[in-house]
Order: sequence, then C-alpha cells, then structure tokens
Amino acid sequence: MPVRRLIITLAIIAPILALLAFGFTRDAKYIKSPLLAKPATPFSVTLYDGRKVALEDYRGKALFLNFWASWCAPCRAEARDLEAAWQKVKDKNMVFLGVALQDLDDNAKAFLQEFNVTYANGRDESGKIAVDYGTWGIPESFFIDPQGRITYKHVGAIRAALVLTKLDEAAKGIASAQEGHGDYQGVR
Amino acid sequence: MTATIGHSSIVIAFIAALIGIMSPIVAARLAGDRFRMVAGYAILGQFVFVTVAAVALIYGLVATDFSIKYVASNTTRATPVYYRVTGLWGALEGSLLLWEWILIIFAGIVAWVYRNRHHEMMPWVIMIFSIVSAFFLGVIGFLSNPFETVFPIPLDGRGLNPLLEDANMMTHPPLLYTGFVGLTVPFAFAMAALIVGKLDEAWVVSTRRWTITAWFFLTAGNLVGAWWSYHVLGWGGYWAWDPVENAAFMPWLPATAFLHSIQVQERRHMLKVWNLALIIVAFSLTIFGTFLTRSGIISSIHAFSSGPVGGFFLGFLAFILLGSFGLLAYRADLLKEQPELDSMVSRESAFLLNNIVLVSALFTIFLGTIFPLISEAVAGTQVSVGAPYFNSVTVPLFLVLVFLMGVGPMIAWRRASWDNLRRNFLWPAATSLTFGLLLFVWKVKDFLPLLGFTLFAFVVSSMLYDTALALRARKRIAGEGILRGLITLTRRNQRRYGGLVVHLGVVLIMMGIAGSMTYSSEKDATMAVGQSLDIGNYKVQFEGLKGSQQPTHFRVEGAFRVFHNGSDEGIVTPALKFFPTQQSPIGRAVHQSSLSEDIYLILSGFSEVNRNQATLKVLVRPLVIWMWIGGFVIAFGTIICLVPMGKLKPQEV
Repeated sequence: MPVRRLIITLAIIAPILALLAFGFTRDAKYIKSPLLAKPATPFSVTLYDGRKVALEDYRGKALFLNFWASWCAPCRAEARDLEAAWQKVKDKNMVFLGVALQDLDDNAKAFLQEFNVTYANGRDESGKIAVDYGTWGIPESFFIDPQGRITYKHVGAIRAALVLTKLDEAAKGIASAQEGHGDYQGVR
Repeated sequence: MTATIGHSSIVIAFIAALIGIMSPIVAARLAGDRFRMVAGYAILGQFVFVTVAAVALIYGLVATDFSIKYVASNTTRATPVYYRVTGLWGALEGSLLLWEWILIIFAGIVAWVYRNRHHEMMPWVIMIFSIVSAFFLGVIGFLSNPFETVFPIPLDGRGLNPLLEDANMMTHPPLLYTGFVGLTVPFAFAMAALIVGKLDEAWVVSTRRWTITAWFFLTAGNLVGAWWSYHVLGWGGYWAWDPVENAAFMPWLPATAFLHSIQVQERRHMLKVWNLALIIVAFSLTIFGTFLTRSGIISSIHAFSSGPVGGFFLGFLAFILLGSFGLLAYRADLLKEQPELDSMVSRESAFLLNNIVLVSALFTIFLGTIFPLISEAVAGTQVSVGAPYFNSVTVPLFLVLVFLMGVGPMIAWRRASWDNLRRNFLWPAATSLTFGLLLFVWKVKDFLPLLGFTLFAFVVSSMLYDTALALRARKRIAGEGILRGLITLTRRNQRRYGGLVVHLGVVLIMMGIAGSMTYSSEKDATMAVGQSLDIGNYKVQFEGLKGSQQPTHFRVEGAFRVFHNGSDEGIVTPALKFFPTQQSPIGRAVHQSSLSEDIYLILSGFSEVNRNQATLKVLVRPLVIWMWIGGFVIAFGTIICLVPMGKLKPQEV
C-alpha cells in the first residue's frame, strides 16, 4: 500500500475541508460592524408628526436608535418590547428614535398605531442613514452614548431587558466589544 | 395526498439507490444476465420514482396546493403557470430534486447504452451513480424535504423570488444542472476503471461524447446565466465574480482541460494520472458548487437560504475527494508506464500548456472564492477579493489560452519541424500582426486589448488558413468546390472541425468580453420630460412615466426615445417593478443591440412628487452581442462533434 502517496493526498485535501468546515462556525451574514466604539454618523430625519430631528439634538443623552419597517416580521415581534422599554426609561436621560426603512408612510403609521408606539419615529427617505449605519437587514438597533459614540449594535429583534441593560451601559459610556444577534430579516 | 405520493416516492427511490450501490456485490454473486436485471431495476426504480416525485411537486406547484410548504413559499395564486412550473427549481429543496432527476436520467441512459458493453466496469459505474443518487435522495427525503406540509394551510403563498420571474428561469438552472450532472458520467467511468484496474484508454474513449455534452451544457448554462444577469439584474454587467458564479464556472475549467488532455491520452497514452485527477476535480467542484450555494458559508446573491444540508454536502465532498484521490494513489503503480514528451514544440506540449493554464486559472479563482474564509480563519476578519483581483489574474491566463487555440489544432504531434511551423503559422502570424498594427493606428492604444484582438485575429486566421489549405487539397484530389469540400472534410474528421468551430465561438465570446470590459462608457442623469442626455453617438430623450398593475407586481415604466447618430431608433422602456412581498423594487433594464455596441438603459429612480422626472443610467457597451453569438457558434460546433454524419474514413493529408 503506497502510504506516502496517501499521506500526500490527505495533506492537500484535509486543510481545504477543514477550512470549509470552519465556515460553518461563522455566519457570513454577521460581519462585525466596524462602527462599534466609533462616533455615530450625523443625520437628520423628519418624524411622522412633522417635526425634524437631528442626531446632534440628542447629545448628552443615551440614545436607542432602531431601524425597522412595517413589513418585517421580526420588527413586529420586537415592537411591544421596545415600547415597554421606552415606558420604563422615558423619564430618565434617555431617548428612543425609530427610523423606518423602505416603507410606505401609511403602512408605517398603521404599524405605529397598532403597537401604540409613543417614542419618536421617522422615515429614512433617501436610504442614506441605513447606508451610513451599514444595515444589512432589519431590525437593527444601535446604542449611542451621550458623547455621540456607538456603544452597541444589535442585529435582529431585541428584548426589552437587553435594551435597558445596554442603554444603562451607553449612559455610562461603556462600549461593547461584540454586537448582538436576534431574529433577523435580510433586505436582499 | 400529493405530498404523501411525492415523499414516499423519494423514500422508495432511496431504497432502489441502496440496491444499486450493492450492484458489484450482486454482480459477483449472480451470473451476468441476472445481474443486469437487478442493476437495471435498481436504476429504473430510481428513475421512475424520482420522476413521480418531480411530477408530483410540479403538480403541487401548478395546482397551488398550499398544504405543501414548498409550494406556499414559492408560488402565489397570481403567479402565472409558467413560473409555477419553474418554481420547481426556485428554492433549495426543489432544486435538489431537479438535480437528482437529471442525474437519474443520465444514469438511466448510461445503463441502457452500455447494457452490452464494459461487463467488468458497469457494476461499478452503476454503484457510483447510485452513491451520488442515494446522497441526493437522502438529503431530499430526510433533511430538506420538498414535500413538507404546513398546517393550517395558508390562503395564499409567498411567491417566487421576483428576480426569478424571467423567461430564462426556464433555461439557466436546468442547463447548468445538466452540465454539472453530466460530469458524473466520466467520473463514474473513471472510478470504475480505477477500481477494476483497467486503466487503458477504454474509459476515456467511452465517455468522450458524454464529456463533450456535459461541457456544452456547462458552457451554455454559464452563458445564459451571464445573459440573465445582463438583462435582468439591471446593472449592465454579465459577470461579477460572485462566489456562486465562480462555483458554476470552476468545473468548466478542469472539464475543458480534460477534453483536451484526453486526446493526448488517446493518441499517445500519456497523462493518465493527470486525466483521472482532472475529472475527479471537475466532479468534486460540481458538488462544491452545490455546497457553496446551500451552506451559507460565503454570502452571495445566489445563496439559497442555508439549512442543515450544508454539513452533509461537506461530508459528501470529503467522501468524494478522499475516496477518489485515495483510490488514485492506491492505483498509481498501474499508471506509471508512460511515454515521455518528444519535444516541447508539439501538439502534446501545446495541450499540456493549455492544461497548466486552465488549472492555474482554476486555482486562482478557487483561492479568490474562498479567500473570505481564509482571511477569517487566519486574521479573524472577512475580507473578500473583488472583480479587480479576478480580472487581473485571469485575463493574462486567458490570453495565453487564446494563443494556444491558434497553435494547438495546427501544430504537429510528437515533434513539430521548422517546416511544419513555417507552413502553418507564417501567414496567420503575418495577417494577425498586420491586423494588430492597423488596430493600433486606428484606435486601440492600450496594450492588453491590443494584444487580445491581435491574438483573436491569429486564432481565426490560422483556422481559416488551415481549412483553406485542406480545401485546396480536396479540390486537387477530388475536384470538390468549397462547400462540397467542407462537407467532406467535416465528415472525415467531425471532432476536428467541430472543435475548430467551438474555438471560433470561444474567441467570439472573449472578443465580446474584451470589448465590453475595456471600452464601455456610462452616464447618469435626472431628467424632466423632454430633456435629453448625450452619450457617445447616442442621444436619449425622456418622454414620460407610466404605471401599471401587473398580476404579481406594480410596474413603473419610463419611456425614452433613443437616437443613434441623429436617426430615431424608437422608444425603449426600462422599468422598476414593485412586489408587495419584497422590500426594494426590482429593476428591468432594456437594451438595444447592434453588432458593434449595445446601449443599455436602467431606470434608477423617479420622483414620487413630480411625475415628470426620472433618473436614468445609460451604458454603452461595445461588442457585447458577440458573446451571445459565440454561444450559438459553440452550440453549432458541438453539434458537428456529436451528431453522426455517416462517418467517412479519416485520411491523413
């Protein structure tokens, strides 16, 4: 039995297979955001009630920024949690801002009404905000500290408890090393 | 009911495949005739039951039986029947079923054609087919079942991915799958030859036609994919070096190399190990391609949603690679005795060089494709290499290949004499150099395109020159005219002349690629009705927007009048399609083609407030049409190679 030849064969094939197997331990969709612990890109957005707000307006407060759309199932799943979290912190030095992506105004407003959302929400008209924040799908949430730095990113639906924890961290200026994952819907 | 019939058929076919795997054991136990009955039934059983399952799924799709989850996720009540049928390969589970169906059709034909030949090898060939088939049936039957039911039954389905709502959906995937699956035939024979230890040229000769057929489908599948990308995806390109495009293209490279190097084995009994390795690599790459699209390890626009099947594909890939290369290593002793190259200037060495170039191209593309994984494993971050990497490494390689296309078919076997070189290449070289010089003087100043077009001219002129010499000989010997002479020549040597026609097609495709890669221009502008935009010799004038409700979507269409050199070429209407279940609109680009260039219009946006305003992107891409023409030429060449024409005895001139 030509052992040497078999060993050579194995030595070539095994690393390739190992590499492919390694691929399973990763999810190509979750590419780590380079934005963590970096200053958040400024933007302004027109809210559904007609007011206009800019990111700078929230300087000095911990901000929870959520990208969503009325047609996205995981967004529906997290909607009640977000509102519940908002009710707990609205009197503290913390704010919520929802930004709807690729959505029709009527549908978005109906969504807000359905879930009794009381925090500020507006539409990313040009899609530019989503591009600046590197959103790949929705929902995606960003936590921004009082100095305007992104401290945490969550891809997919998020629970109320986590929103509160991460907002507390953001208020103290603690940036996470990793982003979080929840149920998720690609925009592709 | 449909679901039950479908799923039980898959399970029965799986059992038949297991019987097929035992073929060699059965063959050893039973005498020839009775064995052939058992093996025949094993293949026939798989064929019948897989067909039943496929028909059941098509029936479910056409009849919109939403109790089947696959149907509910890939059709709606509004989906036209045509797209309901193509829904069979619109998503993971169904596409695997189509794959298996094509595989078993091939297996059936092979078992039938060779029922009285290759007595020693056939049991093993049937075993290899059955192993592959059992794998796919196992995946379909037990892991990603297309007949999974849902309850409660939804009122309407979710619909096909809108990008797949295109006429080419009927051609691109089945063509590509046929190409992939077709490579199983030479692979199965190669494995059987290795197992039995009959490593002469028999397996090569028997499978040559199959390989040519598979190669043709692979080529056509890739080309139709490029065409689809060009006219549906609406970005003006036809190839993006997306991981999955690469996955479809990679098997083509070793398959092409194999088609050439087996000629060396047939004639000179050389390169035996090499040929076996090539076919193993080609077949493994077809499995790798399926693995890549279905495992989700590299993100791609083609990726099917990832399921549990990825791991099984990887396991199967490991089994194929280790098993077949292990077998090759084990048998290497039998493959040792080979004649050596007589001269570096000979057809053998031209073929060898062609193989080296093709395999190098394969290696660089493979590396680029899995680079995100490598970088993540080594450096911890995913970095993907894009089109610039692929273009810069493959373009020089393909240019060498073009040169070899001009040399290979004309140069002498064994050792080319100086006289042979002068007779065959002096005129073609002179012609193409003059052509290159004229191009340079006229317009083309950049080195690579200039080299490219000169080489294209070289291939074509060496082909024409060689044929002209042969025709002159026919006239002298038999007094035949050009047409008559061509027919005689082709009937004498179908493979040679078919091959030359295929080469011509490849050159045309490369010409299209070279032209559109180097001399495209683009412009975009937001225009009000009546305004126009100038690009090259074209003027595009905006005439208005129109919205309409289609069965599955809302369509916004822009009307643009195109003028070429001042003359009115009519109205073209690029559109954006809004699907209710999809988030972003799907573009529908349009183009007008001529032999020299395409003008390509993409409606990239319009104002919701002001109905008289639209944003348009216009591209002018030279020579693109030659890619599609080249495809037809290749098809014609393949037909010349394969269709029996009442073979005349070859005659050495």
